[in-house]
Formats: sequence, structure tokens, C-alpha cells
Amino acid sequence: MIIWAIFLPLIGFLLSFFGGKAFGDRGAQIITCTGLISAAILSWFIGYDVIFNHNPSVVFLGQWISVGDFMVDWSLRVDQLTAVMLIVITTVSACVHVYSVGYMSHDANQARFMSYLSLFTFAMLMLVTADNLIQLFFGWEGVGLASYLLIGFWNTKDSANRAAMKAFIVNRVGDFGLALGIFTVFMVFGSVQFDEIFAQAADLASTNFNFLGFQVHALTLSCLLLFVGAMGKSAQLGLHTWLPDAMEGPTPVSALIHAATMVTAGVFLVARFSPLYEYAPIALEVVTYVGAATAIVAATIGMTQFDIKRVIAYSTMSQLGYMFFALGVSAYSAAMFHLMTHAFFKALLFLGAGSVIHAMSDEQDMRNMGGIWKKIPMTYALMWIGSLALAGMPFFAGYYSKDLILESAFADHSQQGMIAFWLGIAAALLTAFYSWRLIFMTFHGKPRASNKVMSHVHESPQIMLIPLYVLAAGAIFAGYAAYEYFAGHHRAEFWGESIKVLHDNDTIEAAHHVPWWVKKLPIGIGLLGIFSAYLCYILWPKIAEVSKSIFKPIHALFFNKWYFDNIYDTVFLKSAWGLGLFFWKRGDGTVINGMGPDGIASLSNKFSMKLKSAQSGYVFHYVFIMVISVVALIAWVLYRSGLIDTAFLGGMLP
Amino acid sequence: MIEFPLLSLLTFLPLIAVLFIITIQGDEKTVAKNARNAALFASMFTFGLSLFLLARFNPMSPDFQFVEQIEWFPSLGLTYKMGVDGISLFFVVLSAALTPVCIIASWKSISKRFKEYMIAFLVLESLMIGTFLALDLFLFYIFFEAVLIPMFIIIGVWGGKRRVYASYKFFLFTLLGSVLMLVGMIALYIKTGTTDIVSLIGPKSESLPYNMQIWLWLAFFASFAVKMPMWPVHTWLPDAHVEAPTAGSVILAGVLLKMGGYGFLRFSLPMFPEASEFFQPMVFGLSIIAIVYTSLVALVQDDMKKLIAYSSVAHMGYVTLGLFSMTEQGVQGGIFQMISHGVVSAALFLCVGVVYDRLHTREISRYGGLVKNMPHYAVVFMVFMLASVGLPGTSGFVGEFLVLIGTYQVSVLTTLFAATGLILGAPYMLWLYRKVVFGAQINKDAAKLKDINNKERVLLIPMAAMVIVLGVCPNLILNVTGPSVVKLISTYQLKIEKAADQPSLLDEEKTEVSPS
Repeated sequence: MIIWAIFLPLIGFLLSFFGGKAFGDRGAQIITCTGLISAAILSWFIGYDVIFNHNPSVVFLGQWISVGDFMVDWSLRVDQLTAVMLIVITTVSACVHVYSVGYMSHDANQARFMSYLSLFTFAMLMLVTADNLIQLFFGWEGVGLASYLLIGFWNTKDSANRAAMKAFIVNRVGDFGLALGIFTVFMVFGSVQFDEIFAQAADLASTNFNFLGFQVHALTLSCLLLFVGAMGKSAQLGLHTWLPDAMEGPTPVSALIHAATMVTAGVFLVARFSPLYEYAPIALEVVTYVGAATAIVAATIGMTQFDIKRVIAYSTMSQLGYMFFALGVSAYSAAMFHLMTHAFFKALLFLGAGSVIHAMSDEQDMRNMGGIWKKIPMTYALMWIGSLALAGMPFFAGYYSKDLILESAFADHSQQGMIAFWLGIAAALLTAFYSWRLIFMTFHGKPRASNKVMSHVHESPQIMLIPLYVLAAGAIFAGYAAYEYFAGHHRAEFWGESIKVLHDNDTIEAAHHVPWWVKKLPIGIGLLGIFSAYLCYILWPKIAEVSKSIFKPIHALFFNKWYFDNIYDTVFLKSAWGLGLFFWKRGDGTVINGMGPDGIASLSNKFSMKLKSAQSGYVFHYVFIMVISVVALIAWVLYRSGLIDTAFLGGMLP
Repeated sequence: MIEFPLLSLLTFLPLIAVLFIITIQGDEKTVAKNARNAALFASMFTFGLSLFLLARFNPMSPDFQFVEQIEWFPSLGLTYKMGVDGISLFFVVLSAALTPVCIIASWKSISKRFKEYMIAFLVLESLMIGTFLALDLFLFYIFFEAVLIPMFIIIGVWGGKRRVYASYKFFLFTLLGSVLMLVGMIALYIKTGTTDIVSLIGPKSESLPYNMQIWLWLAFFASFAVKMPMWPVHTWLPDAHVEAPTAGSVILAGVLLKMGGYGFLRFSLPMFPEASEFFQPMVFGLSIIAIVYTSLVALVQDDMKKLIAYSSVAHMGYVTLGLFSMTEQGVQGGIFQMISHGVVSAALFLCVGVVYDRLHTREISRYGGLVKNMPHYAVVFMVFMLASVGLPGTSGFVGEFLVLIGTYQVSVLTTLFAATGLILGAPYMLWLYRKVVFGAQINKDAAKLKDINNKERVLLIPMAAMVIVLGVCPNLILNVTGPSVVKLISTYQLKIEKAADQPSLLDEEKTEVSPS
């Protein structure tokens, strides 16, 4: 069953990619959608079996790489953590597949698009079912590839190609850390297989590792390096610059890859390695700080952007920040809970935004929207649901997961926990604000689009709306339905062995006993955010402009994304280019060639000119043979005549 | 012990075909047609034979197999000795596989002296296979150096505009190395009294004093480093590639570069272990420079072939790194990387050849948007591009990753620098792909190019399949090379331990000649 669930998307990819012509666009859509829907149904069964029958398993597929102690298999590990991911990925992916049939209906390359989506899903499933770090790396880079292909799907657009390359390369920076992390784990544990690593974690908790001459705590080092990989994939502060640019891809891609699944791979990685992180408190502290910083920085940027997709992209980054600081305070199941609910409501928001863009004839700038809520009421309602869930309003999915994260951070009673808590509260305010800013700017007010566009505004077809209903159901009920299992009293039973929390670190338990105001604060702050957005964009629209001019430098900082891109451009891109040029012209050209062959060549310039006019290269090989023979002959003669002998050589060589 | 001289047949079969081709007479067209048919047939047959060898090879044994030995000049102790082990096996198969590829690739793109061209390639094949099979010092030398001659002719006669400069440079660099190696070989022979590689790998070389090891190591290194090519003696490679015809580049990148790595495995490491240990940091340093430096240089190229040539230098940096780490993962990774690079870079040069044949320029900016008019080309090119970047699931990943994991156990600092190749290896290939295949169709003539034809499909699709198969089941190769590599490493460590234990024995002569 599990094999089918994972390889159906691959089969879908192969059939629709290589047989795209034979099956036609419609055929490819049917193949991939059927594959994905079947995979999703299978995943639900598998999930039920693994979680409620307590039946985790590992399916061996074959050997991959075996060199000495370095033994890597292809195998599928399905435990509770994987089962949750499996359900989330296949369900959202199935929705996105169906949605794409409608959304991409005007595109020339629909078969290719569908095949890439399936390829992505396959890679993502390989990532979460990995039983060792190398297969995880395979999935990790595989989703990177699919992301690269999908961001650059409209490959005649230069900006899309640029964004695709950027995503690949920035992710590679993270992978550099991940790879080093894998090497370190292999060195320390002598294995890359998960069970073998986790079994030794407690015993090796005080081992040191010689890293560049320093004695470093081995587990901390491993965890930090793995976290660098997670930062790249999950767009954490510093390695996040690719995510907003990735919005160049078609909107279903943004929903599937850059909101619901791929970007959460980093969260999954850390949760998977909870048995290691639990013994590396310093690494956890770093995770907390990075997560909290990401949550707030991304929210501040999201507040100022005008591209509807970019706002949601920054919101995604911010929510990922929440998940990471939850991981950092050992509330792994809270992070996974938020990952699950977020997948539903963020995919909903993205696809809803796609529906808006579709209705507005591919317009993405919110300044050119407005006043369309009556024309697309279903989309409008769905966006409300998504936003309510995102802002953590009571009884929507985000309410349960986000509050739990904040409570856990508070309950950690550590410095980093408190910082994360307060930054998280601030980010929650901004989240509510930018979510309703988006709603108000997009749907309310006076129409700012041209008459031509406005006359075309239409509700999306059913094939796009039905997946949205499914996701909306998730955004409404997922939190309420799953709370008890993910984070409530059944959580130990639910997660089984797949997540490890040391008894002293059990912040989720502590989170249930925080003061009442900690529990209520996020709601209040969310309402405040919504109200201020209402104030700024409906009641008194000038307020936004006025505050912009008052806080000009701060606004510039936010609006220009804290200048990350500009700095990276100067520091890395330009210098790499300059160095390359320098090495080539000066290093290879002036120094090596100048002192080597060209120097000698210029001496024999006349000689070679003659040869050039003779139009023949044969002469050289006579010269060559001649030289070789002469050398050989001399050596031979010397040897025969006794001039070189062992004694001579012995004497010549000190 | 000689039942059937399989290895000799494999080596000299192309030469027999050459004798046949020389006799072909008639008008130019008939000659060309007959010559290439004969060459294709002979090379395909050789390839088949190499697969037969692969099938008959016993992968459990670390020893040389199918050994042939004939006294050649008994008075001088020279013998004709051939044999194959896990280390050399795949290089033989690679050489035999790439030659028919070259012949098919030249089907139409070569216009003059077709007969001689085919002869050059068959001679080249014969010499390459001989290099990897020879088990006698001087026999190896003859093959190893003679390879230069046909390669040199291929660049010099059928090359581009600056072919004379390029072939001259190629010649100069390699000659410099080979002369030093010859002197080293003579010294080695004098000191040990044998030219038999098997016994030199074994106990025979233990009698070498430490200082002499150092000198000999350097002499051999000069030759192999140029072949690899390692930084800073790499500058001949971009020029040679740029000027060589497509098929020449394929062989150059696919096989010739591997002769350097093979040399390290066969000579430097097992014969001079203490010197190898001593020079390890230097090799590491040069490898890191190769990886970082040439990746950056590749970034600023505007000639497709130059870009891929520089990327080859970076990829070979991984090879030297892995080999000299002398860990099982490192050495296996190095070998695997060579095989993988043999396929990938050869295929990349073929991909360049595809568009060069159509538009007669290698300038990247003259292309763009090829995905529209050449969709199949875009797909196969993508596979090789990703393999070059080292994406897991392609063969490029396995070698790189094994090398890094092997090196990490020896030197964290080295790996830290080398692993930047994971990042630096990506931009130039992605950029090349983006500029050539993606983007708007800015050049009208490039927008009219036809997609790959059947002849090109026959070449590129199996190679793409190979890249994926080796990426998913690298054990197909690793399991075969494994025993020989384990033996290499254990002998190496044994020798080093022995040397450390008994310094007084260093200068003692050993007169006994042990049979292999």
C-alpha cells in the first residue's frame, strides 16, 4: 500500500511527462489527478493504520550506496510523524492538482505542469518516508529540483528563470550545511540510518568532536549543521530571500510547494531529529531565536508589500518562524500541529489569491484591485476563512495550533522562550493586520482596475472551487478535530516513538497550565490587528499614507525587505563574479599561461607561424616522438654505461 | 595460464580494424562511408567484448584477473603483461563505450580526411584500453604516452581556428610531465629490479627509501597532475577542448582525464605510500583550489565548451581529494566520480556539439529559448546539467558525496572548503542552461534550429539513462570496485605501519622476486 501511495505520483509524472503528446493535456490531467487522489486515499488509510493501530513500519526497497560502513538503503519508513506528513502532502497536493486543471486551462504546457506537480509530490514523499539521511537528502534536493522547474515554469520570462535559479542556489547554501551535518552525524554515530542514530543519542550526549581544532559538543554541532539545511529549505531569516521571488511561479505551485509542503521540510527535519536536538540545548536555543526573528521580520515586510502573492509568501515565512521557535522550545508536536493546520489554511489562501488573480486577468498588484467582493463571493468567503484561521481566531484551525505554540514558548520559562513569546505576540498583531489589509485592499473599496478588467471579473469554475472547499473544511475543522491527538492528552499515544521529548523539556504539558491571560492574549491581539486594518483601509484610508510618511525610514526598511537582497547582491554575487573574472584573466591568463606555455610559445612564435601556414599538425608528433626517444635513449645509455646506478641515485637523492 | 588472450584482443582489435581501413580505396565518398562503417563495427564489437569482460569478471576477487604474461625482452626483465582488476575494469568499459559514441557523433560533422580521422580514433581506443590494462611499467608508459599522439593529431588537424596553439599547449604540458615520469620509472626499475606492476604494488616497493619515494612520487605526480588536470597545470584543458572537434572533447573529457586518476591509484598511492601520506595536504590544497577557483572561473565564461572544461577541472578536484583521503568512501567516491564524469561530461560536450553542428558557434549568447524549438534536446541536456550539479538520483551525486564523506574523516577543514563546491557547482551550469535553453528566443537563427535527430537520440538517451541508473543503483559499480579498493587501502596502511615500525629496514635490498 505504502509503495503505491508513493510511487503513484512518480508513475503519473513519467506517464504525463514522456507521454504528454500521446495522452494530450486532458489525458495527462486525468492520469496525474487520479494518481494523486488515489495516493491521498491510500495515505489516509495508512495514517489510520499507523496511528490508531500503532503499526509503524519500514519497507525495504533495495540497496542504494554501500561502501564500507557507509550503508544506505532505499526504504520507506512510515511512523506517526511520517503518517501526518503523508496525509498533509497528498491531500493538499490532490487539491492543488485538481485546482490546476482549471487554473492552467489557458496554458500551452498543461501536461508538463501536471507532470512537474506529480514529480514534486513524489520527491516530497520520498523525503518524509526516508529512513536514512541520504534518502532524506535525495527527497530534499528532489523537491528543490521540482521547485526550480515550477518556479521557472514560464521559462520565457526572464524574471521567472532568475527566481528559479535563485531558489536553487540559496537552497544549495542550506544544503551545504545539511551535507556537513550528515557527514558529522556519520562520523559521530557511524551510521546514517535513523534508528541507529537515535538509539545512540543518549549515550553520545557528552561526546566532543574535533571541529577545526576546537572540541565541540558533537550533538550540538550536528544539530546546528542540520538546522542550516532546514533554514534554507524553510526560508528562515538569512536564507529566506528565495521564497518571495519564488512567487514568479504559477499560483498552484506557490500553494503546494511554497506554503503547504516543501517549505515545511525543515520543520519536519528538526522534528524527525528530536532525539538528537533534545540533547543539544544550545542548538535548540539557536533554533528558537532564528524562528522568532523570522516570524517578526517576515511579518513586518508582509505588512508593506503590494503584490498579493508576496504578502502571503511573507506570511508563510512568518508562520514557519512560529513553527521553528516551537521546535526550539521542544514543543515538536505543537510545531507539527501548526504545520498541519497551516498547510490547509495557507494553501487555501494561496489558491484563493489565485482565484482572485484568475478573475482579475492575471493582475497581482493589490493597488490595482478593490471592490470586487460582490463579483466573486465564494472566493471572498474562502479568503475570510483562510484569514480567520491564519489570524488564530477562535475555533478556526490556526487558533488551536498558534496559541499552543505561543503558550509553549511562554511555558518554557527560559530567556529565549520569553523573547519568542513576545515576538510571536507582536507578529500575531501584524499577521492579523496584513491579512485584513489584504482582504480590504483586494475586495473592498472602490475598484481601481481598468473597466476592461472589471468587466471580466468572474467567479472561478467549480473545478477550482471544489478543492478550495476541501481546504476550507481543513482550515475550519483541522484544529478542533486534531487538537487532542496532536497536543492534548492523547499526544504521547499518538506520536509514539516518532517524537522524543525529555521529561524536563515537556513544554506542551506546561503549556496547558499557563496563566489565563497568556491564553487569551493572542485572540485580543488578533482582534486588535483586524480592527487597525479596518481603521487604516476602510474607515480612514489616509491613515496608511500618513503613518508611512511619519515612519519613513522604518517603512523603507520594511518595504525593501530589510535590504537582504541588496546586501547579498553586493557581497556574494558581485564578488563571486569579480573573483571569477580575476582568476580567469589574471590567474589563468597572466600568471599560469604567461609564465608557462605562452612564454615559451612566444619564443618559438616564428616556428609556429610557419606551421600554421603549412596547415598541418603532424609535425608536432614527430617532434614529440623524437623528444621521447631521445630522452629514453639517453637514459638507457647512461644506465648501460653505469653512469646511473643504484648508488648514484641513492647519492643523488638525499 | 593463458587460456584466451581476451585482454589483448580487446586492446588490439581496434588496431586490426585500422589495418583494414587503411586498405580502403576509392573516391572520397565511398572511402568515408566504408571507413566509418568499419570503424563503427569494430568499435561496437570492442564494446561488446568489454561487456563480455565485465560479465566474466569475478567481482568478489580483489586480484588481477585474465592475466596474460609473455616474456618480451627477457634480458632486460621487460615483459608483456596485461590484467584487469576492479579499479581498471570500468575505465576499460568506459573507453570502449565512448569510442563508438565518438564515431557516431562524427558521422556528418567531419568533412575532411575522414579515413584518417577514423584511424586516429581507433588507434586512440586501442591505446586507452591498453593503458588501463597494462601491468608492466614500460608497457604502461608506451600506452600512456602514445595516447597523446592521436589526440594531438585530432586537435591539430580537425580542430578549430586556434588548433595549433591548443595542440601545442597540450603537447607542452603533457610532455613536461611524461619526461619526468619516464625518469622516475627508470629509477624505479633500477632500484627494484622489476617492471612488473603487480609486484611493485606489492612488497617490491617496500625497499624504496623514504627520500627516494618522495622524488619518485613527484616525478609521477608531474605526469598525472597534468593529465587530471590539477590546478595550476590545468590551463591546457580549456584550450584543447575549445579547439578539439566534438568527438575529441568527448574522449578527452571522458577518458583521457581519467588516466591521471588511474595513475594515482595504480602507481603513486600503492607504490609510494609514505610519500603519498606526506604530500596529502598539498594534494588536498590543490584540490580545494581546483574546486573553488575553477568553479568561479566557469561562472564568467561565454564559450560553452570552456565553461564545461572548467567545470571538469572542478570535478576532477573531487577525484584527487577522494583518492588521497585514502578512506574507503573517498577512494570509491573518487573512482565513481571519474566514471560518472566520464559519462556526464562526454554527454555535455555532445550536447554542445548538437547545437554547434547546427549554428557553428559556441558562444552562449548566440542561443536562447531552445526549449521551444528543441524540447527533446532540452530534456536530455537538463539530465546532464543536473548530474553535473550533483543532484541526488543522478550519478554525479554519488561520487561527490562519497568523496566528501571520505575526506571529512581525514580533514574537516578540507571538507569544509571542498563542500563549497556543492554551492559553487550549481550557478554556472544553471546559468548556462538558462541562457541557452530557457529565456526568450532572442536569436532568430537559434529559434529555427531543429530538434535532435535520431542519430543524436541514439547517443544521448542511453547516456541519460545511464546517468539515472548509476545514480539510483551505484552499487552496480561500487560492489565491483570494492574488493580492489579495500585491498589497495589495507596494503597502503600496512606499508605505512611497517615503515613506521622498521625504519632500519628501509635501505635493505630485497633480492627475492616474488611471483604475483
